[in-house]
Amino acid sequence: MAKELKLMKGNEAIARAMIASGTDGYFGYPITPQSEVMETLMAEKPWETTGMVVLQAESELASINMVYGGAATGKKVATSSSSPGISLMCEGLTYLAGAEIPCVVMNAMRGGPGLGTIQPAQSDYFQSTKGGGHGDYQLYVMAPASVQEMYDFVFDAWDIAFKYRNPVLILTDGAIGQCMEKCYTRDYVPRWTDEERREKAPWGTWGKPANRERNIITSLELESSRQEVFNQKLQKKYAQMKEEEVRYEMLNCDDADYIFVAYGTSSRICMKSMEIARAKGLKVGLLRPITLYPFPSKQVAELAKKAKGMLCVEMSAGQMVEDVKLAANCQIPIEHYGRFGGIIPTPEEVLEAMEQKIIK
Amino acid sequence: MANDIVKPENLVYTKTKVLTDNVMHYCPGCGHGTAHRIIAEVIDEMGIQDKTVGVSPVGCSVLAYNYFDVDFQEAAHGRAPAVATAIKRLNPDTFVFTYQGDGDLAAIGTAETIHAANRGENIVMVFINNGIYGMTGGQMAPTTLVGMKSATTPYGRRVDLNGYPLRITELLATLPGTYYVTRQSVHTPANVRKAKAAVRKAFEVQRDKKGLAFVEIVSSCNSGWKMTPVQANKWMEENMFPNYPLGDIKVDGKIAEGIDANRLVVSAPLTVKQ
Ligand SMILES: Cc1ncc(C[n+]2csc(CCOP(=O)(O)OP(=O)(O)O)c2C)c(N)n1
Ligand code: SF4
Ligand SMILES: [Mg+2]
Repeated sequence: MAKELKLMKGNEAIARAMIASGTDGYFGYPITPQSEVMETLMAEKPWETTGMVVLQAESELASINMVYGGAATGKKVATSSSSPGISLMCEGLTYLAGAEIPCVVMNAMRGGPGLGTIQPAQSDYFQSTKGGGHGDYQLYVMAPASVQEMYDFVFDAWDIAFKYRNPVLILTDGAIGQCMEKCYTRDYVPRWTDEERREKAPWGTWGKPANRERNIITSLELESSRQEVFNQKLQKKYAQMKEEEVRYEMLNCDDADYIFVAYGTSSRICMKSMEIARAKGLKVGLLRPITLYPFPSKQVAELAKKAKGMLCVEMSAGQMVEDVKLAANCQIPIEHYGRFGGIIPTPEEVLEAMEQKIIK
Repeated sequence: MANDIVKPENLVYTKTKVLTDNVMHYCPGCGHGTAHRIIAEVIDEMGIQDKTVGVSPVGCSVLAYNYFDVDFQEAAHGRAPAVATAIKRLNPDTFVFTYQGDGDLAAIGTAETIHAANRGENIVMVFINNGIYGMTGGQMAPTTLVGMKSATTPYGRRVDLNGYPLRITELLATLPGTYYVTRQSVHTPANVRKAKAAVRKAFEVQRDKKGLAFVEIVSSCNSGWKMTPVQANKWMEENMFPNYPLGDIKVDGKIAEGIDANRLVVSAPLTVKQ
């Protein structure tokens, strides 16, 4: 399929981008609000065109471990779910990170805790960026704010995943997953040939030819001194991500006195709030973190030198705000405004919060 | 020692090249080492070393990748059948086997086990049933017999307290996705030969793309059972085999001749000898 302009849902964009980006396998389990990912894949039958394998697993425990098995053979394997399913996947995610297996996982966040609601939320920020599973590991976390980014980020995610041998999480929410927007599709990237796989994933376990040592995929190391060295290696990798892979967008920040910090759906709301504010003569800007890990801390710190205050807007009780505060290091007032449980705030109430909490 | 007799022409038996030279960590007397060996021999004899991918989850055999000279994945507790499912589906030309204990396969991984079998995944599952959690120090397993003592059933397993032992192999035989289901042991040379033939058959089922092949090996855990290796083998014959009868249960996709249908549907609680 060549470049085209199409109207599609965010979830559909993820599925179509998986096929177009040369993904080898998808394993999933239905959960609202992202079931359209697997539904689109099953309707598209990519196994008849690109050869991509698609399988409905018996649970998220199984699907993330299918990702583990398949991706550990050096293939591009992905899954998607929503908050309760991602909680089940956290065991698998720490094993994937611990065994250094590249893969792509999408979370269309819904309101929690527990079964919560099927409406959109952003309350899995901590789970996504601070662990979720056990141990000192990090996922590379990207937060799309449009259907187009849902599509494009799948391609970028594969590059990062294989560059760092690390799982990538595309952290979105039910609103972006469900909304329909126009989206430019891309030319298909063919799936890797066996030769390309050998080159790009020489560590993969697909059967040991006579001329190489066996490849072992494991996260086990019983000898503490070696386990510490391995952890240091992981930390070096994460430090390199912080140096080289931070992504963000700044809108109207050059002259801004007051800055919204928001990602995903919240950033879309803040764009409108900013427009209303500017029309009122208020110098308001927006910093939109695109990577939540690594977090654009340097950018926050820079902005904190010249702005008078920041309002962090999240569909949560206040999670990312902790990273913003850490980065700003008490230079200026930082406040949080949040709705949760599946409520999306209006641009007007967000601006009002800025006026009351920051501008005063 | 008459070292002069150690000559190539006098050689009658060697270690298969599919096992590495690493010293095994298993307790002396344990069945794991023998089970490894017969699998490795089959891989060697079928000439599929370059196409085989093994999966072992946690349990005493978590370090199996140190011993098999094939590409290998270590999996989370219970998840090997899901892991193997994807390896095989994405790499249909490989030979994929899982190697799992009873706690792994029949407790924490029951869902993955049943669904991989029911989908008829074209993989080999080797199930080491020693009736106990060996690795964590001998706690009750789903296959622990009624009356059997373990670290968490110090007075013996009781149905009212602990529920019934699970004969998961019989259960799997009733699923349409399994093509070959058998129960073996490796405690005597004759049984080792039979078990090896069963493993060979299982890999051939995979080669011929017939569905899931399942080989249970009833094995002793003399450390966990707190017995000498010899006592453990005797105890296994007297207590485990009557409850976990050896032999083929399903062959060529059909329940094997002579298998009492009742064994597959209803069974009395599996109990130690009174
Ligand atoms: C999620 C999780 N829970 C518990 C454990 C601890 N654990 C390790 S091995 C094991 C039991 C293994 O028993 P079995 O599968 O029968 O293997 P065996 O050691 O007897 O060969 C347990 C409970 C773990 N590693 N992971
Ligand atoms: S604890 Fe039991 S199963 Fe584990 S190595 Fe020792 S004898 Fe074997
Ligand atoms: Mg056991």
